[in-house]
Amino acid sequence: MPALGADMTAGRLIAWLKHPGEAVKRGDIIAEVDTDKGVIEVEVFTSGVLEKTLVEPGTKVPVGTPLAVIREAAGAPAPVPTPVTVPSPEGRARVSPAARRLAVELEVDLATVRGTGPEGAVTLEDVRQAVGKTEAPADRGERMRQAIAAAVTRSKREIPHYYIGHTIDLGPVTAWLAEQNRDRPVARRLAHSALLVRAVALTLRDFPELNARWVEGRVAPIADINVGLAISLRDGGLVAPALHHADRQSVDELMASTLDLVERARAGALRSSELSDPTITVTILGDRGVDTVYGVIYPPQVAIVGFGKIVEGPWVVDGRVVARSLVRATLAADHRVSDGHRGALFLAGVADRLREPDRL
Amino acid sequence: MTTLSYREAVRSALRDSLRADPRVFLMGEDVGRYGGAYAASKGLLEEFGPERVRDTPLSESTFVGAGIGAALGGMRPIVEVMTVNFSLLALDQIVNNAATLRHMSGGQFSIPLVIRMATGAGRQLAAQHSHSLEVWYAHIPGITALAPATVADARGMLLAALREPDPVVIFEHASLYPMEEEADAHAGPADITHAVVRRRGTDVTVVTYGGSLGKTLAAAERLQVSGISTEVIDLRSLRPLDMETVLASIKKTHRAMIVDEGWRTGSLAAEVSARIMEGAFYDLDAPVARVCSAEVPMPYAKHLEDAALPQPEAIVDAVTALCPRRG
Amino acid sequence: MTRDELRQAVLGVLKEIAPEADLSRLAPDAPIRDQLDVDSIDFMRLLIGVNEKLHVDVPEADYPRVASLNGLLDYLGARLAGRSAER
Repeated sequence: MPALGADMTAGRLIAWLKHPGEAVKRGDIIAEVDTDKGVIEVEVFTSGVLEKTLVEPGTKVPVGTPLAVIREAAGAPAPVPTPVTVPSPEGRARVSPAARRLAVELEVDLATVRGTGPEGAVTLEDVRQAVGKTEAPADRGERMRQAIAAAVTRSKREIPHYYIGHTIDLGPVTAWLAEQNRDRPVARRLAHSALLVRAVALTLRDFPELNARWVEGRVAPIADINVGLAISLRDGGLVAPALHHADRQSVDELMASTLDLVERARAGALRSSELSDPTITVTILGDRGVDTVYGVIYPPQVAIVGFGKIVEGPWVVDGRVVARSLVRATLAADHRVSDGHRGALFLAGVADRLREPDRL
Repeated sequence: MTTLSYREAVRSALRDSLRADPRVFLMGEDVGRYGGAYAASKGLLEEFGPERVRDTPLSESTFVGAGIGAALGGMRPIVEVMTVNFSLLALDQIVNNAATLRHMSGGQFSIPLVIRMATGAGRQLAAQHSHSLEVWYAHIPGITALAPATVADARGMLLAALREPDPVVIFEHASLYPMEEEADAHAGPADITHAVVRRRGTDVTVVTYGGSLGKTLAAAERLQVSGISTEVIDLRSLRPLDMETVLASIKKTHRAMIVDEGWRTGSLAAEVSARIMEGAFYDLDAPVARVCSAEVPMPYAKHLEDAALPQPEAIVDAVTALCPRRG
Repeated sequence: MTRDELRQAVLGVLKEIAPEADLSRLAPDAPIRDQLDVDSIDFMRLLIGVNEKLHVDVPEADYPRVASLNGLLDYLGARLAGRSAER
């Protein structure tokens, strides 16, 4: 069971899409899993033959539980001595030594505790939970709400955010888009979001401290620029799946990826890597008239870029007020990692790129 | 602090020791004119001459034996053996002579000998050059076995080993020689009696050494992203083992794993695991796990060699299985 | 294609884009986007879906005319009628 977010502890297997005996290759979707973030497709990272499935559809298992055995393609299996474990004798539950000791201290009846550790053993955490029992809500919406609550609480508790904004003249972009879209069939038409994401992704190349993760008290820049695109789900909740290598995707590719992500986010068919890989988030909230976004960083990311509504507004050019289409770009960033000056340079870089849509 | 490679760190310790102590000399296959199989002694022949930087015949038993004799005679020899695989030719000298003479002479003789050798795989040098046999030496009472995993330790451990009255074997992982880190180029001897916590964490303790440290730290970084906080301990000394540091960590994390490039069967990982069971059984919340090399002679082909070795992916998987509630 | 068939086709596309929406409560003359909380990307998906089903490509300049359900049906009806007239 893959971990599909910082706060995921378990998932329910919905269906097997491959069956024992079938060949699988790296990247294939082999199963669907129900998580707090919706139904997620599980990819395989190895090629071979699906030898057997270990978890029945409908079963909820902790993160880390093996779901299936895949025999890798290369010839005969190596006679690798794997740890041999012996089943517990009848009547003796699998309980870790530390959990057994704690259960005695806390006077917990181990027979009533369900184990979630390796091979179903009762762990310290299981004993602690048995004392102060809190059942997770069954409803998906409520579970997603809880997952979001955990992430944003951690964000606001741990991350010293700073917020800066920059009004960007989108005149050139809007004109460019109108011209492009005039001759394009609807399926190949472009939206502002593709250009905004592209400008952010390209600019990030010069600001590795914003495309990073904060782990163990220090910043770890990430080589790949995977932009998490915030997509709000109308029946409640939010996902921000990755546009992988957004800086290497053309505007057309980004548009196609965006449509694909939105469609699958709505259908509850995101892939595991899309949820775990984002290195920064972009949220575009202008559709409902918001002019300024003050984002909450999704840990362990260190920045979130927001765009508000694109409005016709007064803009001064050469001393004269003219009407231009404007957007308010904002950056909420982790002050432990970057400073406002760098953030300002970043937003200015995004604005610069949007001035020349031809070069995006 | 300057940026220093592991190779330069070894060389700087060799050079400083040769300069500081006339009893110190370096001996081994190709250490002189060729500059060492891994170029650790490049330039030293020119600086110190053939008396103190000595090329030897291809006869490990002979030149290690000569080193033992020189140490008995009051010198401070540093013997370089090209790889731990080849050191098996000198096993009799090391195990039956170097390790035993202090005890067999009732303390009358001491053998202040330093033997350096490359160990480990990852460079496509195949089965006769790539094994990790450190545990063979860690098994032997009477010698100290060290495994520098950092640039600072590559220098500091060699300087410390020269101050020991008894034989010290230093395992330099062959894949680490080009590694660069910030280090003090003039640092003195390192403490060789303690393991070091290289990364603080709360959910699981991963014990490793030598060439596996970098992979383990990389895995810990990825695990952090999925919410597992990994404490990484670098053993540094393989004999004696500093179990105090390891056990103190496990009392905090309740889970332990060992990453060891040796084969699982009879490995150093097995020894550490047994000692964890002896010293921290009631603190354990999960069975001790191990990630070791596949039990095959090290393959030559790159993809097979990669597959045979402990890799960050396998470490991430094993830790994730150990911490099902996290992640 | 009758107007009712047209309506069924459009509602079918809408159902795919906003599966959670109660389309029976959709007011035919008010903007679709406001009622169903459909964002610009989803609106684009609606027009892509319509294009796939009915082979009518709505140019950007005509977006204001297709904002409501009735507007969209009128527009599609006229375009389809024009097409059959050409034949």
